[in-house]
Amino acid sequence: MKPITRNRALKGAGIAVAGLSALAVAVSAHAQQTLNIVSWGGAYSMSQERAYHEPWMEMTGDEIVNIDRSANALAGLRSQSQAGNVTWDLVDMLPADAMIACAEGLIEPLDHDELLADAPDGTPPSEDFVDGALGECFVASIVYSNIVGFNTEMFPEDGQPSTIEDVFDLENYPGQRALMRRPINNLEWALIADGVDRDDVYDMLETEEGIERAFAKLDTIKDNVIWWEEGAQPPQLLADREVAFASAYNGRIFDAMVSENQPFDIIWDAQVFELDGWVVPTGKLDKVRDYLYFATDTQRLADQAQYISYGPARLSSSDLVSTHAETGIEMTPHMPTYEPNFATAIQKDDEFWADYLDELSQRFDAWLAQ
Amino acid sequence: MSDSAAPLTTADGVPLKVSLRRAVRRSKFKALLLVSPLLLFLGIAFVIPIFEMLSRSVANPEVSTSLPRTVAALENWDRQALPDEPVFEALVEDLREGQAARNLGLLASRLNYERSGMRSAINRTARGLGSMEPPYREAMLDAHARWGELDTWKLIERESSPYTMTYYLSALDRHLTPDGEITMAPDNQQIHVSLFWRTFWMSGLITLMTLLLGYPIAFLLANLPLRHSNLLMILVLLPFWTSLLVRTTTWIAILQSQGVLNDMMVFLGVIADEARWQMIHNKIGTVVAMTHILLPFMILPLYSVMKTIPPSYMRAARSLGGRPFLCFRRVYFPLTIPGIAAGGILVFILSIGYYITPALVGGQSGRFITNYIAYHMQTSLNWGLAAAIASILLFVVVVFYLVFNRLVGVDKVKLG
Amino acid sequence: MAIPSYATRGERIWHYVFLGLCALIFLFLVGPLLVIIPLSFNAQPYFTFTQEMLTFDPQGYSLRWYQDFFTSSRWLNAIKNSFIIGIASTILATVLGTIAALGLSSRHMPARGVIMALLISPMIVPLIISAAAMFFFFSRINLAQTYLGVILAHTALGIPFVVITVTATLSSFDTTLIRAAHSLGANPTRTFFKVVLPLVTPGVVSGALFAFITSFDEVVVVLFIAGPEQRTMPIQMWSGIREQISPTILAVATLLVLLSMLLLTTLELLRRRGERLRGLTPG
Repeated sequence: MKPITRNRALKGAGIAVAGLSALAVAVSAHAQQTLNIVSWGGAYSMSQERAYHEPWMEMTGDEIVNIDRSANALAGLRSQSQAGNVTWDLVDMLPADAMIACAEGLIEPLDHDELLADAPDGTPPSEDFVDGALGECFVASIVYSNIVGFNTEMFPEDGQPSTIEDVFDLENYPGQRALMRRPINNLEWALIADGVDRDDVYDMLETEEGIERAFAKLDTIKDNVIWWEEGAQPPQLLADREVAFASAYNGRIFDAMVSENQPFDIIWDAQVFELDGWVVPTGKLDKVRDYLYFATDTQRLADQAQYISYGPARLSSSDLVSTHAETGIEMTPHMPTYEPNFATAIQKDDEFWADYLDELSQRFDAWLAQ
Repeated sequence: MSDSAAPLTTADGVPLKVSLRRAVRRSKFKALLLVSPLLLFLGIAFVIPIFEMLSRSVANPEVSTSLPRTVAALENWDRQALPDEPVFEALVEDLREGQAARNLGLLASRLNYERSGMRSAINRTARGLGSMEPPYREAMLDAHARWGELDTWKLIERESSPYTMTYYLSALDRHLTPDGEITMAPDNQQIHVSLFWRTFWMSGLITLMTLLLGYPIAFLLANLPLRHSNLLMILVLLPFWTSLLVRTTTWIAILQSQGVLNDMMVFLGVIADEARWQMIHNKIGTVVAMTHILLPFMILPLYSVMKTIPPSYMRAARSLGGRPFLCFRRVYFPLTIPGIAAGGILVFILSIGYYITPALVGGQSGRFITNYIAYHMQTSLNWGLAAAIASILLFVVVVFYLVFNRLVGVDKVKLG
Repeated sequence: MAIPSYATRGERIWHYVFLGLCALIFLFLVGPLLVIIPLSFNAQPYFTFTQEMLTFDPQGYSLRWYQDFFTSSRWLNAIKNSFIIGIASTILATVLGTIAALGLSSRHMPARGVIMALLISPMIVPLIISAAAMFFFFSRINLAQTYLGVILAHTALGIPFVVITVTATLSSFDTTLIRAAHSLGANPTRTFFKVVLPLVTPGVVSGALFAFITSFDEVVVVLFIAGPEQRTMPIQMWSGIREQISPTILAVATLLVLLSMLLLTTLELLRRRGERLRGLTPG
């Protein structure tokens, strides 16, 4: 396994330029078309638009339509494929969903080394992407993280929260919490806040005692939780001061911090990181082949990091990560993969959730309804 | 008419009775002909889809179509011990075929609904099939622990039937034990029944609220001179004609903790800035917004009934010496009961089927069973369960609809 | 509502209390719709009245959310879709519904109750159930994610309104007029166009308006069966409310309130006209 934080030196800018011009030739023979690209909306779609869509549209004359349906992407793919009328050309989704979609034959298996660009130094994609980034039907573009953010103005200056335990500590850190309405992340955090070692979390969750322990811990804050469902809600709730803490995708909180000057901060402790990336609906590979090659190359992934604080899924992109496009602040410290942030990180266990999500969702809902 | 009298005939000599019957038959036919395009359209665009959805709630094709050999091989299984090699061999063959056709996903999901861990059992095993060699029994037991459990095989055997009642059982928080007995799901997994009840009681509360607020308004409108009541009627109809999403949005703007109402209360000093009321994303939000949205549906039927009550009744009662309250209770109120029944059932039926408003303002505690239909349709993708919950809800709605039809008659519904 | 002359003092007090109560309920009905109108002119991205707004400082007000709306291709496209789908489904529902209503109002209509109950059912069946059912079925027959699919679905939802309003108009329709026309030598076609149609037109138009607003306001079915191309205004609002509530939504809401006022006025005028034509007293 290659650690995600591993840095690599860029071997001469010339290679990158040569790569780009080769690409320009590759796409010159390309007929103009409209691509329906499904993504998450909000700041995330914006970053893709800046880093991928806009240069692509300029280069090829294609039109790209952004559809904010990633939260229900699996349902959408299934129904479109049943309908025999697949209108989506490329979908941004989580690897867990991609696994299911792949098993159902809804998306194309991908030959990564053939389809994707090599790193500037010639490293093939299969070695250049971080561990777990290339699934049977999936290619990751970012590493993002589920974190808990907070509104700094709602706590005294000498009493700012810093650990996941603080989120569960109503006495010292009063106020409402916004958590995502699903068991994923919440159960992990509850166990860690209850003192479980982060390496044992998923083993614990396979046992009845572990599940009970997690729910018991969640019980302690249940009356103070607002449950959110859309990624754009937590920054909104924090900004409106409806809540003091909110679990969120780290990029959303970052975006609110730098673009809207919101007084937010992130608790990096026990961040649950996972990958996110592209899948190609069955039958659409030829249509999006060129775009996919372009949008997953080293420079594009590094460019995206100028707009949102998600780590590029390619090792060769890490060193190209520079500053935030609008504000010029250094992006590296805001990345989930930045060493100090990463120290206590947990990787989301997709296989565990593939097996237990149905059961634990029901249990979670039952617990909510109590 | 005496027997001896000649039957009446029309000009062309056909007996009048026959001619009349013929005319009636003709106009019956004509009426049916006029209605038939619409019936045909609704049949295709509405009725068939509903029945197809109902059939989905019991359909169970996954195991029988994906694992035909395994199902056949399990026929003589004694259910006492793990099956023998031929069954495992059949399973391997089935999985190989499924893996090649890339359609094992639905099977994996289906079995995982009944037993956690089946998804990875199938997916992981399928990935390793390429290098798998006989004897398959040992190889499979190595591939995933689930294949070594008796309950897994009982499950496969049980779900090999093309129909299942497990979706309905789940919708009612029950499940089948491996041996096929129906039991309650563990306490910590019961969710749907309590949601059904919550939907019903909250809808009841909303109905009651609309009645309490709608009754005085309908009374006022029915007893004002027309010039005035027409003007006020517009105030009732305006929200009725305004987009549902607009009305829901306004309640968000008003009720949220940084919203208009809370700001006003803080400004007036009624509450402290830190102690703002939580009026949205909970039951209060749902009840308030839905009462507002459904209020016209209560006012209109009440109004049309009250309009028919002659004012002289109350005057007569008063002149006979009844005290105002007594007169109201004994004379006026009983006459409005048909309106209350019509409005009440209408509001209740509409309320239990609402989805948008509870989803937007109900938060966790104020959501309805409809939200779970949407959840299983879009997020968990357990479409069989969604269909089963929808069928149960539909059954309840249809029962109330029939009662309504019996009491009021659908053709008596007035709009505006 | 006048106080009777024999009312006691207690009754008088009760009378005014009652009126006050009614005023409050009217406030509850209409107030929320009125609150959002000034809020939509907020210069700040908030959902509440700012200090500047309360002091009527012009700085506190702006048209930025309207500008946002009218320059956003998403919103404009959504409006376009809403009108296309709304108008198409209204025409279909009105034609089918009116023809059926003519049959239903015949005295000899067999199984009238059952058929009526069936035709009204799309109004009664919870939308989420219709949406789920249509999703499954339309997906199978390749109608999901098409304009035609959404239009047909909305037609089904609009039909009950047309059937109800047109049959209501026809039931108060004096059938002797038709016989009179016949006896005066008009053929059925001429009778229909010269006698029946003018009298039922108000009912048909108000039914059509109901069908239109049903489609124009419908979220759930579109959410389930529409594709990205058929994104309508309610869908745009729905995702706006669920995700980032920007006051643009309030601007849209204000415009929609104005639209409903317009429709309501049209309807009221039609009602009066219909009653005048039929010689009924308004009520």
